[in-house]
Amino acid sequence: MSDRAAFDAAYEAAPKRKSSFATMSGIELDPVYGPGEAELPGQYPYTRGIFPSMYRSKLWTMRQFAGFGSASDTNARFHQLLASGGTGLSTAFDMPTLLGRDSDDPFARGEVGKAGVAIDTVDDMATLFAGIDLRAVTTSMTINSPASVIMAMYLVVAEEQGTPRHLLGGTLQNDILKEYQAQKEYVFPPEPSVRLVTDLVAFTTREMPKWHPISISGYHIREAGSSAAQELAFTLANGFAYVEAAIAAGLDVDAFAPRLSFFFNAHIDFFEEIAKYRAARRIWARTLRDHYGATSEKSWQLKFHTQTAGVSLTAQQPEVNLARVAIEALAGVLGGTQSLHTDSYDEALALPTEKAARLALRTQQVIAEETGVANVADPLGGSWFVEALTDRLDAEAEAIFTHLRTLGGGDILPGVYAAIEEGWFQNEIADAAYRAQRAVASGEAIVVGVNGYTNGDDRSETDILYIDHAVETEQLERLAATKAARDDAAVQAALDAITEAAADPTANLMEPLITASRVRCTVGEQMQAMEKVFGTWIEPALP
Amino acid sequence: MNAPVRVLLAKVGLDGHDRGLRVIARMLRDGGCEVVYAGLRQTPAMIAATVVQEDVDVVGISLHNGGHLTLVPDVIAALRSQGLDTPVVIGGIIPDRDLPALTEAGVVAVLGPGASEDEVLTAIRQAAQQSH
Repeated sequence: MSDRAAFDAAYEAAPKRKSSFATMSGIELDPVYGPGEAELPGQYPYTRGIFPSMYRSKLWTMRQFAGFGSASDTNARFHQLLASGGTGLSTAFDMPTLLGRDSDDPFARGEVGKAGVAIDTVDDMATLFAGIDLRAVTTSMTINSPASVIMAMYLVVAEEQGTPRHLLGGTLQNDILKEYQAQKEYVFPPEPSVRLVTDLVAFTTREMPKWHPISISGYHIREAGSSAAQELAFTLANGFAYVEAAIAAGLDVDAFAPRLSFFFNAHIDFFEEIAKYRAARRIWARTLRDHYGATSEKSWQLKFHTQTAGVSLTAQQPEVNLARVAIEALAGVLGGTQSLHTDSYDEALALPTEKAARLALRTQQVIAEETGVANVADPLGGSWFVEALTDRLDAEAEAIFTHLRTLGGGDILPGVYAAIEEGWFQNEIADAAYRAQRAVASGEAIVVGVNGYTNGDDRSETDILYIDHAVETEQLERLAATKAARDDAAVQAALDAITEAAADPTANLMEPLITASRVRCTVGEQMQAMEKVFGTWIEPALP
Repeated sequence: MNAPVRVLLAKVGLDGHDRGLRVIARMLRDGGCEVVYAGLRQTPAMIAATVVQEDVDVVGISLHNGGHLTLVPDVIAALRSQGLDTPVVIGGIIPDRDLPALTEAGVVAVLGPGASEDEVLTAIRQAAQQSH
């Protein structure tokens, strides 16, 4: 069968949304455009998208990230987002939780519930998802160093709600490598951390067929200051590193690769962003097939979530951010994203208010329902400009893979470890961030409201969300109550079992973590039980 | 008199967002300051100890986690307990309504998102003058 005939058959077989797929003036549209020899969506190397019918079958998931204060505060925001037409949940954890520390840890002081929700034990996790049927929603959890512990707690909540593991759908960020490179929320050194990631991949591959165990994230690399090409290259390199680690652990690439997913930034340089997503799909398909020997098409298909660029938002004239977010979101959609978070206009000032979060969701709904851009797959494919930019980003990423493979003696994983240890990623990102800052300082780059068009700054009139310090006090009371009610002997036995499994490189840590979560061991206790074996990571001195 | 201003740059608490701090480090160096880059996860006591060891003129703290009303007074208290009156400048996401409390706590300048290079260098130089 020709590529075109295969496309037509796959397109016809796919379910379609109820829509006319026509322009406002009634012109009926094809599902994709291009000359006879053109690449087609749903076919290797997937530059034009991973599905033949793209958004005609299913719009992207509108997945708004939320988390603040106590578990019950965030649970209320979840219910509100679902009621407003959101179709997936996404959880932001507070800084102590992200670093595997309990709310009563001295280091947590002042940060409990501030920039996300505080989770100490399964009891908090149960409150977070109260009244939400975990088999009916997909849940994304943005956490890395303690990802396995949080996953274990989510499994216990599902178990206590009566939902079997294999029905749970969602995504765990669990991308530790970018933490050393960009976001800096690391706890253990890179090698034991990658072992934890691999344990979780092995566990979900076996037990949770609907779960995405890693969301390989360029978002934070870009937010930390990288260029689009660096975001693309570092992220895919991290993806290849996880593939190498899982293969080395004895997993079959076609068993786990289809469950890997990606998370990219949508910054303000519209066409470069679209080219970045197109290049990412092509590079992943080529490398998984030709380098790692994947034979399943699902392994070649790069799926991704997109979030608009928080770093592009300005504190000055904050409502202008609504325009930035709309343009960035459109780039994500034209680039074929599977899910999207639109930032709220007030995020350079504080966490979003309810109104700002609703406007952000509405922006996606306008793109989806009113603009008609979801009618045709890869509408910019064949543009000389976008195709050239796609090729160029692909080539720049390949040059970086070559550098990392050289550092790693032929493989990416040891190359990534070496580059983290020498601070290479960290300095590349900081240099790029400073170049961007210099461009604004010199006036070479104009940011509206910051170094141009500055009259009318009304930020002081913007209502912002304010997290009361009482959240910390209440969370400490909740934690104390859970600790007082649990079986101390069971807690100690469960923690010892974690340490024992950590010391045995052939063991999988997931079951001991689930057991410990069930008996109400805290996040911090479980992390410390592993730290006894793994140690901690201290960043190399950076200039 | 014309000795370069020595600035300690640090993040307190757990937050790892260091883009701002690393950009400020380069900016201050290019602006003629000497930067002591302490980096991430510094405790108030660690900061006070580094101020003593490194004889810095100004302490710059970056926060993006909403913990400033707790953590910044802790830093200032740690400095004062060592007998240090080193001026403290902070930067990051700081709501306007918190500015009076921070001034009350002894912060000499607050630099928000989008502060220009001139504003940053001026704030640091003015702070350094207070310390002499």
